[in-house]
Amino acid sequence: MAEVPPQAKCVVIGSGIVGNSLVHHLARLGWRDIVQIDKGPLPNPGGSTGHASNFIFPVDHSREITDLTLDSMRQYKELGVFTESGGFEIARTEERMEELRRRMSSAKARGIESQLVDPAFVKEKVPFIEADQFIGAFWTPSVGVVDSLRAGTIMRDGAIASGALTSVPNVEVVGLDVEDGRIRRVRTNKGDIEAEYVVIACGVWSPRIGDMAGISIPLTPAVHQMISVGPCPQLSGLPGEINFPIVRDMDTFCYERQHGADMEVGSYAHRAILHEPEDIPSIEQSKLSPTELPFTSDDFDPQLEQAYELMPELLGAEGAEIRYAINGLLSLTCDGNPILGESQVKGLWTAAAVWIKEGPGVGRAVAEWMTHGHSEIDVSGADIARFYPHQMRREHTRLRTTESFIKTYGIIHPAEQYESDRGQRLSPMHESEKKLGAAFFEAVGWERPQWYESNADLLEVYGDRVMPREHEWDSRWWSPIINAEHLRMREAAGVIDLTAFAIFDITGPGALDAVQHTCVAQCDVPVGKVIYTPVLDHKGGFRSDLTVMRLGEDHFRVVTGGAHGMADKKWFADQLGDGASLEDLTDRISTIGLWGPRARDILSQLTGADVSHEGFKFLSCREIDLDGIPVLASRISYVGELGWELYVSFDQAAAVWDKLLATGTPYGVRPVGIGVYVTTARIEKGYRAFGHELDGERTIVEAGMQRPKVKTADFIGKEAYLEQRAGEPAAVLCTLAVDDHTSASGVKRYMLGGEPITTRSGEALVDGHGHHPYVTAAGSAPSLGKHLLMAYLPPEQARVGNELAVSYMEECYPVTVISNDATPPFDPGNERIR
Amino acid sequence: MILVLVETENGAASEISLETLAFARSLAAEGGGIAVRAVVVGAVEDRDALAAELGAYGAAEVHQAVGEGFASYAGAAWAAALQAIRESTRSVVVTAAGSPRGNEVLAHLAARLNVPMAANVVAFHGLAPFVVTRQVVGGAALEEMRLDQRPAVFSVAGHAWTASPVAGASPATWVETTPEVAESDLVARVVATGTKAVDHSGSLKSAKVVVGAGRGAGGADGFGAVAELAELLGGAVGVSRVVTSLGWRPHHEQVGQTGSRISPDLYVPCGISGAIQHWAGCASSKTILAINTDPEAPMMTKANYAVVGDMHEVLPAIIEELKSRGVTG
Amino acid sequence: MTNILVCIKRVPDSSGEVVLTDDQQGVDGRYVGFTVSNHESCAVELAVRTVEATGGTVTLLTVGSPEAAEQLRDTLALGCNAAVLVEAEPARLGPADVAREIAHVVREKEATGTTYDLVLLGNDAADSGDFQVGIRLAHALGRPVVNGVSTFEAADGNLTARGDGPDGEETYSLPLPAVATVLEGGAEPRYPTLRGRMAAKKVEIETRALSAEPAGANRVRLLLPPPAPSAVEVLGEGPEAAKAVADLFERLGVTR
Repeated sequence: MAEVPPQAKCVVIGSGIVGNSLVHHLARLGWRDIVQIDKGPLPNPGGSTGHASNFIFPVDHSREITDLTLDSMRQYKELGVFTESGGFEIARTEERMEELRRRMSSAKARGIESQLVDPAFVKEKVPFIEADQFIGAFWTPSVGVVDSLRAGTIMRDGAIASGALTSVPNVEVVGLDVEDGRIRRVRTNKGDIEAEYVVIACGVWSPRIGDMAGISIPLTPAVHQMISVGPCPQLSGLPGEINFPIVRDMDTFCYERQHGADMEVGSYAHRAILHEPEDIPSIEQSKLSPTELPFTSDDFDPQLEQAYELMPELLGAEGAEIRYAINGLLSLTCDGNPILGESQVKGLWTAAAVWIKEGPGVGRAVAEWMTHGHSEIDVSGADIARFYPHQMRREHTRLRTTESFIKTYGIIHPAEQYESDRGQRLSPMHESEKKLGAAFFEAVGWERPQWYESNADLLEVYGDRVMPREHEWDSRWWSPIINAEHLRMREAAGVIDLTAFAIFDITGPGALDAVQHTCVAQCDVPVGKVIYTPVLDHKGGFRSDLTVMRLGEDHFRVVTGGAHGMADKKWFADQLGDGASLEDLTDRISTIGLWGPRARDILSQLTGADVSHEGFKFLSCREIDLDGIPVLASRISYVGELGWELYVSFDQAAAVWDKLLATGTPYGVRPVGIGVYVTTARIEKGYRAFGHELDGERTIVEAGMQRPKVKTADFIGKEAYLEQRAGEPAAVLCTLAVDDHTSASGVKRYMLGGEPITTRSGEALVDGHGHHPYVTAAGSAPSLGKHLLMAYLPPEQARVGNELAVSYMEECYPVTVISNDATPPFDPGNERIR
Repeated sequence: MILVLVETENGAASEISLETLAFARSLAAEGGGIAVRAVVVGAVEDRDALAAELGAYGAAEVHQAVGEGFASYAGAAWAAALQAIRESTRSVVVTAAGSPRGNEVLAHLAARLNVPMAANVVAFHGLAPFVVTRQVVGGAALEEMRLDQRPAVFSVAGHAWTASPVAGASPATWVETTPEVAESDLVARVVATGTKAVDHSGSLKSAKVVVGAGRGAGGADGFGAVAELAELLGGAVGVSRVVTSLGWRPHHEQVGQTGSRISPDLYVPCGISGAIQHWAGCASSKTILAINTDPEAPMMTKANYAVVGDMHEVLPAIIEELKSRGVTG
Repeated sequence: MTNILVCIKRVPDSSGEVVLTDDQQGVDGRYVGFTVSNHESCAVELAVRTVEATGGTVTLLTVGSPEAAEQLRDTLALGCNAAVLVEAEPARLGPADVAREIAHVVREKEATGTTYDLVLLGNDAADSGDFQVGIRLAHALGRPVVNGVSTFEAADGNLTARGDGPDGEETYSLPLPAVATVLEGGAEPRYPTLRGRMAAKKVEIETRALSAEPAGANRVRLLLPPPAPSAVEVLGEGPEAAKAVADLFERLGVTR
């Protein structure tokens, strides 16, 4: 009988699929002295794993989730607990068929065999389905079911057998002790455990445990309803658990999954039913288990009829009864991604909000991350460090998950915006922007103008050059005004609100060492220089790309994108040695961009400072007086134009904004939205974006961003980077132009990103990683009159002029490679930046 | 005056009736030594023996209701008798065992007298106000309830009070009465009594012994010893949900929330961890002997008896042992 | 043909640990959910079987909170025809109040031409365990009542009911109309079918108010008994435990 040991290298809290796969992978990677505890009994401690429906559809629009799912499926197969059943996602409407066509793009991009089929095809494999209830389906033969409890047991037992693990059930965590920012011990009802590492992997209970250490794990327990109907004569007497493909009835948000002689009908159609983690019953208080709550039949009733319509003979069969019905709890987060990685407390890790289909993959990724500092599969989208304070509020999670729950099977546009809990972070220019008719998109809580309706007059000025889109899907969450703003900026000037940037200072005698160690580029530069630099992990994958300004001998300012600003901050903070400290200025300093051929004319009207090309060189920064307001000006550009980023304190930013617009009016200046900044201008310039072209699985060499020399100072990832430089890249980032947009129906179509790149005749391409190329970013290039795509191509295909194709909504469009390195498609000589 | 309805079994007072007498005695003592009187309805085999027994347990008198109306059981008729004796003795408390009959007769009496009734009382607190504690939610919770009206009518839960004789007590005085029973009180009466059926059919819900098996059986072919032991003990096989889900055994054998709820004399769960849904179906078993490799499994800690070990090794050994003792099923 | 009224009660499911409400006046069902007691499930099963075999209708009645409509719907899904909800705050009602309210509905229905030949109740409610509502109801209606019924046949104006007695199975035979309380065990209650559930949705539940001010339950408060300690006795490890097990079987008398 295992007892709670007084000490451990690592304590894993939770014996669900995540905790079990984590201990397995930690043990495999050489960890010893691991202790796993769970409040419940084994093998089913009563969490979400125990009542999971356990089926896996591999295709997802998210690369990260798909990769984790594919890795999990591989692991389940190795454990011998995977049964392939095949699966259909059926469409009752034309709109859904279009979504299924889009799903085909994601399937092809990931190399997953899928096929669009007609109802007769479905009927042949699922004879009890009513084929007149739907118009088509998405067939994935590799869909299957797993025994997640068995998988967990095998993995846990393996770790125990190897001598690496002590697993103790029926142990409740009552406290986590943090000392000097580090986790020290786990207090339990069976004794305390001193530990160097602690991982919170206890699903819906994680927020409660996190609170004990003062960290926020912003997930909410939410109800997923399921009933089990049987015995159905059509399913009885067959061997094994599943004999027919699983059907996801996408338009009614339901699924039908055979389980022995029963058919399980699950639903995501009901209202979002959320619970507070504190309100989950104890094991003793529960009827079935703490995460199998009493079924609320009223919520499910509408789905009954739809399920019955689809399978009347099966679900209405003589003797088939609703034998089991639950409101099962699972975890949801504000952005739908898991919560993984080290928290603000050193040594205290999280692995939560993970579903069965990702469990083993997450276990491996987190174990690798804990061991090496990075994982093979990039999971930065799930990094717990990504959350800003407003996202750590329970209220935020509650509102966002309420809104997103119904979208579980929904048709979600890649640019779709949340409606709830908006207006959390407002830039100093917000009131002015509202008056200008800004269409606000959200970025990590910030309300950012995507475009300004007040610029609609420019549509007439530029006519067809704004590249209007006729198809509703292509133009949803988009406006031709973006392209008009783009053209005006290239023609005159634009002012852009960049308040969402994350800004932090690193100061002290150790500051130089800290940034040198963290950044690839040479940071030992004269004061007043601006450095653009990749940031790598130890294996040479991207952690970020950002700019650093040297403001003093011992003073560096880091400016990075808002989306990953918190993760970057943690990364830098983790590298600080003695004599260096980090201060977050994000909420004190606003950034305003001024770019365009008239930018210098406008700026010189407002300042006596020398802003000439020689007087204020590219990639330099200094403080200037802007009509009485002190402003840190940095001559840099992400849009490919002459201009500056102006850093100004929050209380004076609105004044600077107004002055720039007023002074610029005679020069033709306009406020310009983020649509230009992050898409049109940068794609014309071939600038790479973290999260699109750059992530932990990509290298500087693949991205075509290597400089002639590598600095002599040591930095994280240097060894790997040198190796990458010495070898041949497995893939090469290219920019492609779409040659013809005309679809079979005659409507011109515009890709939005994520689509697979194939040969002209539609054959799949494979790069040196074994991956299929797909579009990492797509957007208008109004100055070129082209729609551009970026994609990593197999090296032999990465030739300028190479004619390929892009598959969009199951049609092929011709594309041509126009750049196979960092050479900008627009203004290749960078003349305009001068 | 406290009146106690006494039920008899084979001529003697039932155990729970004696417990009720003990409760009444304690209540009488609290009330300053008021008298406790017993009531029996219908024919009595050995009046002297019963008078001695009831006297020993504290009854001063035994009132026996006799007459045609009591030839076979009718709840309303028994209540009529009790009501008549209550009136003649001016009793302020009427109580009976918390048995099916006791509760039924008291309910009839309370309805007739239009007073409250408390079922399955386990304790009382003071006399004015008279507050009793009784079992609710199948004994999982208790209720404190006021019984303000007179007579106070309540039944006493089994095992709530210890039946103990009074040292040196003399036999109770026997009083025979012939209460009037209205025709309407005899409409619902027992017209036939069958013998107690002993069910060895293997029907799960009525089986006296159930041998259960869960995931630990390992596969559809892992139930041989389970079935053999069930047969040896004249019982049935019961399984957990996972077993039917995996198609190893038919659904009608499933014990639990979504299967049958069983209440055998003995339940032997083998390789069943004891998930809550399973426990819900077997918690009423009188005795549980769990066999499991994991001594921490919930079933092992909730059971009365446990054997730590692999069911595939333990069961054959038990079967062999039983056979060597001549058990043949 | 028999028209049967089955009285059911919304009660917290009792399969988990009992949690009391903060005011100690009720059982908190938020974790386990609500259901009807097993006795009542059996009563419904017997009633549905009876009308399936001989014709007639099954009407459900409950006296309880508006939320009790959930139990009426769930039970309608098993093949019942109609449902009546007498709305009341359950904690304010004692068993005599409940019996009076049921009697009031039965009499009013009778006055408007609907006679329930048989009124079925559970032997006792799974939460309050009063053991008396059926008998008080029979008394109020002036009808005969059989308690603790496992199985019955109702036909030709007569009820034949059977139940366990102290000396074996007892049979009652009496004329209808009558009242009977059902003890679980005589019939395996069915689960709802999908179609039953869909049909139940379409039934309109008749909602009524209380006919009189309730007298109350005389409840002071609810309490929880102290937990029973785990008292497992380990008989041994592995096959060596067989002797001890056989001894136990003999002590329990299950080897005979």
